[in-house]
Amino acid sequence: MVRLEQVGLSYAMGRRAPEVLSDLSFSIPEGGFRWLLGPSGAGKTSLLRMLFLGLRPTRGHLTLLGTDVRAAPRDDLPRLRRHIGVVFQDFRLLDHLSVYDNVALPLRLAGWSAIQVRDDVTEMLGWVGLLPKMDQRPAALSGGEQQRVAIARAVVARPALLLADEPTGNLDDAQATRLMGLFLEMNRLGTTVVLATHNTRLVDRFPARSLLLENGCLVADG
Amino acid sequence: MVDELGLSKALAGRLLMLLVAAMVVLAALGVGGGVAAWSLAREWRQGAASALMIEVPQPSERLKSETRVGRVLALLQADPQVGSAHLLTQDELSTLLRPWLGGDVAALGLELPAMIEVHLVDPGVQGAGLGAGALVTKLQQSVPGTIAEASDDWSARLLALGRSLAACAGVAVVLVLSVAVALVALAASAGLSAQRETIEILHLLGATDGDVANRFARRLGLLTLVGGIAGALVALPLLVELANLAAPFGVAPSDDVAAQPLSMLTTLPPAIWTGLAALPFAAAGIGWITAQLTVRVWLRRLP
Repeated sequence: MVRLEQVGLSYAMGRRAPEVLSDLSFSIPEGGFRWLLGPSGAGKTSLLRMLFLGLRPTRGHLTLLGTDVRAAPRDDLPRLRRHIGVVFQDFRLLDHLSVYDNVALPLRLAGWSAIQVRDDVTEMLGWVGLLPKMDQRPAALSGGEQQRVAIARAVVARPALLLADEPTGNLDDAQATRLMGLFLEMNRLGTTVVLATHNTRLVDRFPARSLLLENGCLVADG
Repeated sequence: MVDELGLSKALAGRLLMLLVAAMVVLAALGVGGGVAAWSLAREWRQGAASALMIEVPQPSERLKSETRVGRVLALLQADPQVGSAHLLTQDELSTLLRPWLGGDVAALGLELPAMIEVHLVDPGVQGAGLGAGALVTKLQQSVPGTIAEASDDWSARLLALGRSLAACAGVAVVLVLSVAVALVALAASAGLSAQRETIEILHLLGATDGDVANRFARRLGLLTLVGGIAGALVALPLLVELANLAAPFGVAPSDDVAAQPLSMLTTLPPAIWTGLAALPFAAAGIGWITAQLTVRVWLRRLP
């Protein structure tokens, strides 16, 4: 499902460019769940960017959903991205679209019919408690509501791999618990989940295997 | 249809449509000018090539039962290439020679050659087509000393002039279309810059390059089509007016068309109608293809 072998990542070109991620090797089986932990600057966001194909590794092998990402032709990546759901730390909602259209985006890009889109989007908006606000623009929502829209968009297409960067950072405990329930239910149904967080209380409440990063290196996997 | 990329705002249409309309007007004038130049040259060339002036020295001298000029006229009238043959009268001859021989030519007592103005028929007429050269040879064999003056030099020059003018018009049209390509590429680049973050999000959600490029191309293709149609509509009355001005020179029928506004439209040659109808679609095609290329090249920078 997810497999990294001696993966390195640097933002600059050249052999001597400093690496933000070094020699990462781990694997997550299909249907696995991992917390991604580490202090700020440890490389969590860079690792997530690589996993949602926002970056390609500069060395090593990254295999996602059976595809070797470094070797894959660029034209093959969109199909792969459609099986990956992402909750960005800054939500990255499209302000010119309504809540409904933001959540519908992955389904429309995947070519779903309007009826399928309507059914799944309304169900998902109901799940995150935003059905009454489906016609509003993201700018009119609170931070917590925007985060729930981002989560709904990430999971609406039932991705095989779900990645989230501080997915409950703007939510109160009740909402965070409810959305963690959604992630765990998706995980139970077979979705591989990787959640990056600083929230140790959340990790303690939902214990699972963790990947601990420090200075771009994996220091613990267990 | 949902505007996921927000292109209705990012690619503000009014200025682009206005500029495309202006370029289509220029291109239409170029097409019109090229067609007109070509047609005028062809008309003039046909006129010059079909006219001959036959000069028959000692016209009254008899050849058996008829005079020399009578023999020439008979041969001309029997030839299927000849549409008309007019023997210049004494008055017409005097008028023609006045610059050289003065006002009273008859008083000089000279035996002037007979002059016959000949117009050849269209080479497409059955039985015609041997050309002026063959006719002149036949006349000279039957009536020695007969001289024919054709207008080959003039017709060749007119043809060269027409071709040059048509080529200039073609270059102008190509330049206008090149500017249109640059304009659309600029608009697409501006749209890409304005919507960079939106495009990146769609890209990460699984949009293909084609998904993004098609959205840009549809929007820019539509804007350039509307601008192109507006430009063609503006160019139409200009071209009709130009066609009317050119009509007396043989490009199109004229006379009463100015008095009948609807019939003025018929003064436009079919080639100009075709060009005018094609220009908005050419503009849309340029908009669509340029947007596709610009956006696809830009997207290559994303992983």
